[in-house]
Amino acid sequence: MEKHVTQVQTVHFNLNGKDVERTVDVRASLTDMLRNDFRMTSVKKGCEVGECGACNVLIDGEAFNSCIYLAVWAEGKKIRTLEGLLGPNGELSDIQQAFVDEAAIQCGFCTPGFILTAVEILESGKEYTDAELRKLLSGHLCRCTGYENILRAVKKTMYKRLGKPMPEN
Amino acid sequence: MSKCVGKSVIRVDAYEKATGRAKYMDDLCGREALVARICHSTIAHGFVKSIDTAEAEAVPGVVRVLTCFDVPDLPFPTAGHPWSTDPGHQDVADRLLLNRHVRYYGDDVAVVIADNEVAAAQAVRALKVEYEELPFVLDVQKAMESDAPQIHEEFPGNVLKHTDIRRGNYEEARKEPGLIKVEGWYDTPTVQHCHIENHGCFAYMEAGRVVVVSSTQIPHIVRRVVGQALGLPWGKVRIVKPYIGGGFGNKQDALYEPLCAWCSTQVGGRLVKLECAREETFVSNRVRHAIRTHIISYVRPDGTLVARKFEAFSNQGAYASHGHGVVAKGMGAFPQLYPCDNLECDCWTVFTNRPAAGAMRGYGIPQAMFAGESHIDDICKAINMTPLEFRRKNLMPVGYVDGFSKNELYTDTFNQCLEKGMAAIDYERKVAAYQNQTGPVRKGIGLAVFWYNTAVWPISLESSSCRMVLNQDGSLQFQTGETEIGQGCDTAYSQMVADAVGIPVEDVHVVSSQDTDVTPFGTGAYASRQTYVGSFAIQQTATALRERILNIAHEQTRMPVSNLDLVDGQIVRKSDGRILKSLGDLATESLYSLEHSQHITAETTAQIKTNAYSFGCSFAEVEVDIPMCKVKLLNIVNVHDCGRLINPALAEAQVHGGMSMAIGYGLSEELKFDEKTGKPLNNNLLDYKLSTFMDHPTLQAEFVENPEPTSPFGTKALGEPPACSPAPAIRNAILNATGVAIDCCPITPHVLYRKFKEAGLITD
Amino acid sequence: MYDMKALYQAKDVADAVALRMAHPEAQIIAGGSDVLVQMREGKRAGVELISIQGLNELRGVSLEDDGTLRIGSLTSFSHITRDPLIQKYINVLGEAVDQVGGPQIRNIGTIGGNTCNGVTSADSASTLHAYDAIVELTGPDGVRRQPIHDFYIKAGKVDIREGEIQTAILIPKESYENTFGHYIKYAMRNAMDIATLGTSVNVRLSADKKTVERARVAFGVAGPVPLRAATAEAVAAGKAVSMELAEAFSQAVKEDINPRDSWRAAKDFRMHIAVESAKRAFIESVKLAGGAL
Repeated sequence: MEKHVTQVQTVHFNLNGKDVERTVDVRASLTDMLRNDFRMTSVKKGCEVGECGACNVLIDGEAFNSCIYLAVWAEGKKIRTLEGLLGPNGELSDIQQAFVDEAAIQCGFCTPGFILTAVEILESGKEYTDAELRKLLSGHLCRCTGYENILRAVKKTMYKRLGKPMPEN
Repeated sequence: MSKCVGKSVIRVDAYEKATGRAKYMDDLCGREALVARICHSTIAHGFVKSIDTAEAEAVPGVVRVLTCFDVPDLPFPTAGHPWSTDPGHQDVADRLLLNRHVRYYGDDVAVVIADNEVAAAQAVRALKVEYEELPFVLDVQKAMESDAPQIHEEFPGNVLKHTDIRRGNYEEARKEPGLIKVEGWYDTPTVQHCHIENHGCFAYMEAGRVVVVSSTQIPHIVRRVVGQALGLPWGKVRIVKPYIGGGFGNKQDALYEPLCAWCSTQVGGRLVKLECAREETFVSNRVRHAIRTHIISYVRPDGTLVARKFEAFSNQGAYASHGHGVVAKGMGAFPQLYPCDNLECDCWTVFTNRPAAGAMRGYGIPQAMFAGESHIDDICKAINMTPLEFRRKNLMPVGYVDGFSKNELYTDTFNQCLEKGMAAIDYERKVAAYQNQTGPVRKGIGLAVFWYNTAVWPISLESSSCRMVLNQDGSLQFQTGETEIGQGCDTAYSQMVADAVGIPVEDVHVVSSQDTDVTPFGTGAYASRQTYVGSFAIQQTATALRERILNIAHEQTRMPVSNLDLVDGQIVRKSDGRILKSLGDLATESLYSLEHSQHITAETTAQIKTNAYSFGCSFAEVEVDIPMCKVKLLNIVNVHDCGRLINPALAEAQVHGGMSMAIGYGLSEELKFDEKTGKPLNNNLLDYKLSTFMDHPTLQAEFVENPEPTSPFGTKALGEPPACSPAPAIRNAILNATGVAIDCCPITPHVLYRKFKEAGLITD
Repeated sequence: MYDMKALYQAKDVADAVALRMAHPEAQIIAGGSDVLVQMREGKRAGVELISIQGLNELRGVSLEDDGTLRIGSLTSFSHITRDPLIQKYINVLGEAVDQVGGPQIRNIGTIGGNTCNGVTSADSASTLHAYDAIVELTGPDGVRRQPIHDFYIKAGKVDIREGEIQTAILIPKESYENTFGHYIKYAMRNAMDIATLGTSVNVRLSADKKTVERARVAFGVAGPVPLRAATAEAVAAGKAVSMELAEAFSQAVKEDINPRDSWRAAKDFRMHIAVESAKRAFIESVKLAGGAL
């Protein structure tokens, strides 16, 4: 067996608004780096092949499964995790609060990934139909909620941000 | 007394989970952990002749390679059942930590312990396993044939167990002239729980004991099983259960805790982590029993059931796990749901070379309801009676008492649920509208009911313990062995505790994690038992705590106990309603008293010797695109009578999740195997089709609240019931739309293509 | 942590070509949604990777002077769907790739990766076939352009030669001009799925919208690689728009396709769905083109 010489690289990126750098094994996924080097427990491992969405983070404003994204690709990127949404005194953001209020959280394992995709949706500033929201959220699997209350939470926050009343049904 | 129970209190763990701070197994594991990775068999049945470990051991980073030739010869059971001190009622101990006799494709034959995951994976690939292959069998009835491969020496013929129910005289009764015979075979698939957090655990040794932190539903049971598998006194084992990312029954088994614990003992007690990959979760954890059911009903033209035969063949897979309990529960529903005087019921649990089947949400009832409720609509079609009329005539009547469980149907719950569901989906109008359709796209509406028994008494022990420890500020910690697995029991408990003790809910601190060193004994999360069973222990312990508090209040205030009450965290004099002091002041004074210092706690065990029926129904409306062989679910409503709702918002959320799982069961989910090799074909979340966000209509949950008289809080099962009736309701809606009676689930386009061709609806 | 032997990150196209020449055994990685998944499975474990992920020059859609639509190979599916040029000239491609996996996969997945993996089920592939797309490859000897039909050699194998990387997908003006198409992804669920069958049809109608001047249809998963149904196209060419034509066109696809039996779906079932999908996609395309049936 060939001896492996660990190849490392220093990565510079912005994590939740703060410029950071880390020297990482090039074999590491972004999930590995965020969990192991930054101890970001919101980044979950559910399948490690991009099928469940539990490891979702925002990279330059777009949602990515960090499990199938190499850590070294983070170079120069703006990366946001759920940890970045919290206010300075631990205040929940509107979308987190909506997940809490709408009982959209059960086991909690898919929750961080869902909330970050919701952030991308909400930051678009657009109004979406239920069908569009379902499609935009469809990269995450959840086994507890049947997605119903997650839809309610995202929809409620969308209308709140748009300053419009939420339509009945 | 009810201030908090019945309100939609926010989940106690919502903030931690909404921020990603809640710690699950892997979040708690030290980064220095060694990584254990399992080598799984690549044949479905046979013996390991040898394992050449040389190349694996040479991989840099590998610490230890352990094989099936190294494990202790201590067969152990894995089911998350309470232990029985009667050997006749103990679970079957039929597996070792690693197995030389491999019984399914994916069985555990060796394990590599390495200092990193890449080395562990490389070493597993470098293992050279030599097998002596044996014939294998995947089909449950083929496994019962005389020449079938024998999977366990102790169970000739592969039958783990057979039980029956007899009532009246089936053979005589069916001879009555004029009866209409309706017969059907119904197949349900092997499916998997698909909790988003895979099972995993880590283990280390401390002070001569082995500690395992695991994603499990049943820490106290796992402690016993680890002890049995490793040959350790149970007190030498400590299990910690943190937050877990769902369980649904899969984690109601000892999964890899015994192996991980053993690995740690083999590397000097160092920290070892064993995490299942998703592919392993599908195959090498547990699955739902695939059950084939045969039902014959003899019915009078007026819809009277005269004689019925029921046979169920339950595919156990390779190891006994929960075994016969699952199909037996399903069979138990049959005579109770539609009482009939002449019955012959038999069920068999049969070993095959599929992954081991264990507990999964519903525990035999989703299978039994798919078969039973599909069959009811087949009867309706045969005798030209409406599905509603037939059910109203034949469903379990008010006052029905089951002789075995002593469960009673106290109220007219079925009709109440049906009425509510019909109104919600606009049933009558749609039934009329969907008659006599032609054309390629047709709509239909269907319904199904369910029966579900809360908890496991009288088959097994039902007990629950809890501890309440009062703090100086009048708040308290609450601990129980019954586990939060996402379903919300911690929140429901905090509500019950608040009301039972007489303090505000904010003052109840639920200790969410279980640690067998400190948590009172309880068997964990299963059988939709927590709210029901836990309520007894909570009521009893709260009573004990209140008694202590009021006695101390008497000491401190000189008022007689009979004139004292604890209301909303205040000691109140009953005669004039005056607040004498706060509970916080009482507790502080008590703890620091130089005269009579007292730490105020209460801890009790409640043994529960009752059980409760939980009932409800589903209504489904579909649109069937016949040429495309596709079913679109347009509407679905579940109605439940789970007694009094402890937390309506969480109850509704529970129902949504169960409906979603059942929609997948009805339409898309199935773990498939290669007939030639026994290899699982779709053990990943892409190829295994659990419902996505785009595969549901709005899920509607409705409730009928008839308080359950046996429960201190009027509650009963809700965790599993939502998964029981949607699949047959969808099946019956397709029958209504197309006239085609489907005999299996999931009802995929492949199935519809075959059935529509048979029916002449598709001509290629 | 992925089991890779080494990672080489290309700085630009020339660097990527140089790395390809220096490490001929290395696997190119663009987005990672295929390569990393296979590496984890053990299929590509222990290999060297050349990452072209950072080559931003390969991202984006543009119109060349002759009207050719140029899609940089690293353009992600979500960017293709949102691109105004795509929406204007070949909206069906945007719709097709909007059905790949889920949103996160559409953010990471690239059209180059989708075609270079040579998979018959790729959601972009049938539409690219139906539009006679040209694959642009850049190698040590410069740029080579190849019709997409020839690019696919067999299942999982495409014609990328020594030192080459795919740099763009080109849609000729003649192909998309005045042409309207519809894609039907037939899958077992509505998201996070691979196609059981992909059907992409496009039509060009006469000025009065009464006659089909040209109809094209391509399938994914109807054979080992994406394929066109020439017989069906010939049936429709020059014929008057009608439901009968839609029927004849769709029945004719049976002459051209050869789906296989697999655990994912049976041959006869795929055949049946291909006919029905061809019909529906044809009808929809005609409607989009302004025709009435």
